[in-house]
Amino acid sequence: MYGTGKVLIGILIFILAFTSPILINMAGGKASVKANPVLPQSGKCIESKEYMKGYHMEMLDIWRDKVVRQDIRFLKKADGSYYMLNGAKAEMSLTKTCMSCHDNKAKFCDECHNYLDVNPYCWDCHIDPSLAKKGVTK
Amino acid sequence: MGIWFSLVAVAALILLGLLGANVSGLNYIFAVVIPYIAITLFIVGSIVRIVRWARSPVPFRIPTTGGQQKSLSFIKQNRLDNPSSYLGVLGRMALEVLFFRSLFRNTKAELKEGPILTYGANKWLWMFSLAFHWSFLIIFLRHFRFFTQPIPFFVPFLQDIDGFFQIWVPLIYMTNAVILAALTYLFFRRVFDSKIRYISLPSDYFPLLLIAGIAITGILMRYFFKTDLVAVKELMLGILSFAPSAPSEGLSLWFYLHLFFVCSLLIYFPMSKLVHMSGIFMSPTRNLANTNRMRRHVNPWIDELKMKPHTYEEYEDEFRKVMKGAGMPLDKEESHVS
Repeated sequence: MYGTGKVLIGILIFILAFTSPILINMAGGKASVKANPVLPQSGKCIESKEYMKGYHMEMLDIWRDKVVRQDIRFLKKADGSYYMLNGAKAEMSLTKTCMSCHDNKAKFCDECHNYLDVNPYCWDCHIDPSLAKKGVTK
Repeated sequence: MGIWFSLVAVAALILLGLLGANVSGLNYIFAVVIPYIAITLFIVGSIVRIVRWARSPVPFRIPTTGGQQKSLSFIKQNRLDNPSSYLGVLGRMALEVLFFRSLFRNTKAELKEGPILTYGANKWLWMFSLAFHWSFLIIFLRHFRFFTQPIPFFVPFLQDIDGFFQIWVPLIYMTNAVILAALTYLFFRRVFDSKIRYISLPSDYFPLLLIAGIAITGILMRYFFKTDLVAVKELMLGILSFAPSAPSEGLSLWFYLHLFFVCSLLIYFPMSKLVHMSGIFMSPTRNLANTNRMRRHVNPWIDELKMKPHTYEEYEDEFRKVMKGAGMPLDKEESHVS
């Protein structure tokens, strides 16, 4: 082999670059930690768990457009009747409807979002209702 | 011909991937065993290729350069295009690897009415291949969010920049659009230009189609047919920390296809032209300083061939008598070998 020293350095960089995920996992020691969102004890979600896992962000996006752009505020079922929440019509609102059951942002939303490094810009404007109750402002 | 062969090959890969997704007994093989085989073959195969290159002697500096070499003090040297120092070579390599400088000098020959042969600048290939390679790199680095725990610092940084326009939910990444546009150009360049079509082989079409397959399945999975990303990350973390778990039921067909395409690419990589990723660092025309006239370069296999360098001194020793007889000027009157 010619230029052995330089070639070996090159090969070493190649190996380090392409095994870096393995090395980071070994060094971090957190590879077995799993996302563990805490689900509410009671109540029934408006959609199935499978649908929500994949498409909740699209649903919230559609809600936002309906409320902000079309002034359609209340959530309807497929048959045309309104969803009821605590005796009132349920609003298409993340903080007022979703988070009335899923009331802990840190233990529900953030679990998976942090696990997968998702940074939704919901929270650029909205605030976790439980924090709002405590008087925390953005 | 090459196109059809490549299309059939990719179609065969799709069928295999679908088999892995739908036959539950094969799930483990496609989600765990094949990725391990692919990663191993990719790393070992690439090292074999690098070592094989390094074993070929390069007896002489090959100065295919684009600028004035180092010469007299009043002639300005082009230090980056014709370097004579180690630092200059580093600069040339950096320009080549990061910005494809030699492709930037690409020209296009065209036969026009007349007949007139014209040569013109052609930057489209340079622009689209640069766009393709950088997009691929950024997409690969963004995928570290599925590979590691903790997630490296560059992932949120790249995601923020890549999704800067905040269009659609989930955010559309610029690199996703750019890589599709670039792949489309690179593929149809070979299809529509008859000169390039004539010299194109299956090994030219196949990687483009394979990478397009990876990009399309990935984009479909992100925006249209959602898969359980938590399950994806658990699977990848298991593989990349040597504690593989059985693949979850939540993994969709699109994920199996995506993963199988990536594994195929990894296996194909070292045995194809894609290995230019490491080959570019081994190019003698790029990585050697042009010192042909500054230093003596001895052929490294000269001993093997039992050839000895024949200096003028030795030449004179051999022919001194004849040269003297013919009245030619000599450096030395007597042999320096006593």
